[in-house]
Amino acid sequence: MSSRQFVALCLVPLAIFALTFLALPLVRLVLASGEGEAGWGIYWQILHTPRYLTTLVQTVLVSVSVTTAALAVSTTAGLFLTRNRFRGRAVLLSILTLPLAFPGVVVGFMIILLGGRQGLFNTIFPGHVVFAYSIFGLFLGYLYFSIPRVLLTVMAAAEKIDPALEEAARTLGAPPHRVLRDVLIPALAPALVAAGAIAFATAMGAFGTAFTLATNIDVLPMVIYTEFTLSANIAMAAALSVLLGIVTWGMLFLARSFSGSTIAAGG
Amino acid sequence: MRIGKALQLAVTLLAAAFLLVPTIQSVLAGVTVNYFQGIRSGLTLDWIAVVWGLYASSIFLSLGIALACLCVTLVIGVPAAYALARNPGRLSRAVEEFISLPLAIPGLALALALLQLYGSYKGFRMSWTFILVGHVLYTLPFMVRSVQSVLAAIDLKTLEEGAATLGAGPARRFVDVVVPNALPGILAGALTVVTLSIGEFNLTWMLHTPFLKTLPVGLADSYASMRLEIASAYTLIFFVMIVPLLLAMQWASARAQQITK
Repeated sequence: MSSRQFVALCLVPLAIFALTFLALPLVRLVLASGEGEAGWGIYWQILHTPRYLTTLVQTVLVSVSVTTAALAVSTTAGLFLTRNRFRGRAVLLSILTLPLAFPGVVVGFMIILLGGRQGLFNTIFPGHVVFAYSIFGLFLGYLYFSIPRVLLTVMAAAEKIDPALEEAARTLGAPPHRVLRDVLIPALAPALVAAGAIAFATAMGAFGTAFTLATNIDVLPMVIYTEFTLSANIAMAAALSVLLGIVTWGMLFLARSFSGSTIAAGG
Repeated sequence: MRIGKALQLAVTLLAAAFLLVPTIQSVLAGVTVNYFQGIRSGLTLDWIAVVWGLYASSIFLSLGIALACLCVTLVIGVPAAYALARNPGRLSRAVEEFISLPLAIPGLALALALLQLYGSYKGFRMSWTFILVGHVLYTLPFMVRSVQSVLAAIDLKTLEEGAATLGAGPARRFVDVVVPNALPGILAGALTVVTLSIGEFNLTWMLHTPFLKTLPVGLADSYASMRLEIASAYTLIFFVMIVPLLLAMQWASARAQQITK
């Protein structure tokens, strides 16, 4: 067997698997979205049915606010941790990246422990503070799994910034906020766009956290789930999935073109 | 500047507290007799025992699926990574991009796609291999990328040419030259695959059957229907399994990345 043939042979298992369990199912999903009563008009229907439209808007709004908050928190923490060496730094970094391996359901439970009926806040101020199942609880849950992802992307970029740039700006008399605005943010910009896109895509598609917390809130993954299981509206579930998939894939594609790699995993 | 630094520290600490406090709560609640009364009610391992009685089969199912998933991703992923590293170019990038789709498309949508196509094959639908397919879909890109990036960083061509002049055929070179050199990438990929498979929920929730509940599916079940102490004890068991894996994974990835620099 020639070397060329052997290398081609190495790709065969992957080709079979990817074709059978990725390409064909995705084609089937797209076709299924057009098999309802409305045909391909179903995508038009999404935009003209108030319930779906509200869901879309609400999901985008939550995802945008989570992205903004995660960028603010993680950039601050990431810059602080890259530019300061102190005792306990490694521990702090471990704590901040630990939730990377938590499934979305566990993140939801963490928010229940903070803001549920038996949660921390309701124990300290009894009777008033139950926020786990509100849109604020959902926001906190998404923030919980976004902080580590954004932090790692920002820190990887911050470590590459030449400290001499910052020093030069300071010697030239720039106050801290000018250093931040004119040196650090521009240098971090590609990483911030990438991290923001990752956070947005993950929040849009988060199912586990929503499943635990959003029993009364319409976010896209929950609506897809109820359309499929409760209403047996397969075409609509498929159409909304296709829409969601295109949005999240597009965002991550954007992220990759701004920064080499992306760390994404379902929330 | 001083105030700025203090503010940065405060934000960092607040974020760490936000992430850490509930995990500590869940560990404590899992070993407290009555969480509502607090630690004063005493510490106990009873809840852990209850969880073990209720969900041991879920835990073993998840471990089994994770190991099977590791085997499949090794068999498919390592040769594929080698082939992609041997032919770097636009086509290889397109293949890599395509098999990475499961990272970009939400698990829920992927699961719906699998159900649409294979849901009517009852024998397959009801077996644990259906869940396995979902897990392989989701973890395979991590294995391929991890191995590929290590192989891309070493001088594969010279090494293989050396072996070829000594008379080693392509298969022999793969086993004796490529695999040993790729080991750091394989290790990092393997730990990532196992960690992600054990924690996978989004696909699994749609693919599982009432008789096949994985660990995270059991967790969702306990959050919805069990008392807080039991849910916490189950989460505690999950943490004990996943945290060492996560730390090992981060260590192995950092080690593999040093090669690619």
